[in-house]
Amino acid sequence: MDITRRRLLMLLPAAAVAWKFVQAGTPEASPNYKHTEHWWGMLIDIPKCIGCGTCVRACAEENDVPEGFYRTWIERYHVADWQIERPEVASPNGGKQGFPPSHIGGKNFFVPKLCNHCADSPCTQVCPVGATFVSPDGVVLVDKTYCLGCRYCVQACPYGCRFINPKTNTAEKCSLCYHRITKGLTTACCEVCPTGARQLADLKNPNDPIHEFLKTHEVQVLKPHMATGAKVFYNGMDGSVR
Amino acid sequence: MTLIIVPRTNTQYPRSLRKLTRKGAPQSGAERNRLFKDVEHLVRLAAVMVIALVAFLVLRAAVVPHSFGQYGHYRGDAIAEIAGRPIAHAGHEVCEACHTDVVDQKKLGRHLVVPCEACHGALARHADDPASVKPPKLDTAVVCARCHEANSAKPKGFPQVATADHSGGLACDTCHQPHRPKIEPVAETKPVTEGKK
Repeated sequence: MDITRRRLLMLLPAAAVAWKFVQAGTPEASPNYKHTEHWWGMLIDIPKCIGCGTCVRACAEENDVPEGFYRTWIERYHVADWQIERPEVASPNGGKQGFPPSHIGGKNFFVPKLCNHCADSPCTQVCPVGATFVSPDGVVLVDKTYCLGCRYCVQACPYGCRFINPKTNTAEKCSLCYHRITKGLTTACCEVCPTGARQLADLKNPNDPIHEFLKTHEVQVLKPHMATGAKVFYNGMDGSVR
Repeated sequence: MTLIIVPRTNTQYPRSLRKLTRKGAPQSGAERNRLFKDVEHLVRLAAVMVIALVAFLVLRAAVVPHSFGQYGHYRGDAIAEIAGRPIAHAGHEVCEACHTDVVDQKKLGRHLVVPCEACHGALARHADDPASVKPPKLDTAVVCARCHEANSAKPKGFPQVATADHSGGLACDTCHQPHRPKIEPVAETKPVTEGKK
């Protein structure tokens, strides 16, 4: 068959479709990692947090988080005497450079925050295109090649864990360092925490110390009344924490 | 409100359908042909719908990624793409494999639990290529204060100092050995070659 101009023009769309399938290929995979054998969460031990901001800096470094945005951040709570319903919360620069001197008196403590990787996450339910999802191992992820940047999920998250990356104009959030945990490492924030206030937890692994901890401590999740199935567990959390 | 259905009189139907309103099915072939006199309209409509359906299916196959729906209502390949991102923090086990002298020092003090990259920063690139990528030199006056600057929100048992009173801006490693911070009384604390071999 001669390739005439007419035939070439007719072939081009078909070739373009075929090339798309060739290009998609198989991306780098973690060969020994099985999605079905994990169910990820995190344990945060509030009495151990010193508000040094090392986790915030490590997260930004590990995940290229743009300046002024945070996938994890630290809040400092000040509760004056009985005013538990009106805590004073500060998070200067997400706590990235630590905190200025706190109030003298009252109750003062730090609360690290991040995506709660909800099992019934409100943010994935509102995505109109399927760009955000709960992975089979329980991590809420964003497919940035598919995200439209419509911001529905930013509004839907009751914990304020999402933002729009100004460079890519797509939704961004904590990925629980998915590129690390699938390689057998812990998250960047847990890796660098100097006091062990953050611990990655695999709830499907019966040997994970999280199970013993949950059994023997008074542990809460944030906003349990939202029924989000949050998997970031807080030990020693005061009732004033929102 | 009541809905009153008024039956249309025979004459209101189009000519081609008028026969349907009679009682019983059309009797002869000729009569049937007269009934579907405009049958080519239906054929054209069906053809348009078939073409539209085929176009939809072809476009859908081309536009929707082939891994969409593999695990749920999302692109299944996205999981592997996100997992494929390179790491920035090597992890303290990797550091400790080479810097055994530092581990020995840390074992003698309370900084044993502090992971390397908490102070030294993300060093996966150094771990991959120790010869050419050197970690930056740290200013202990800044690094130590991040954790140990006194703050009423910090846990009470955590060692804290007001650096302005404690050292007056002097670098902490003037007196303290960062990997083994407690100042020992005698000459036991020889300066060690920290992290260098």
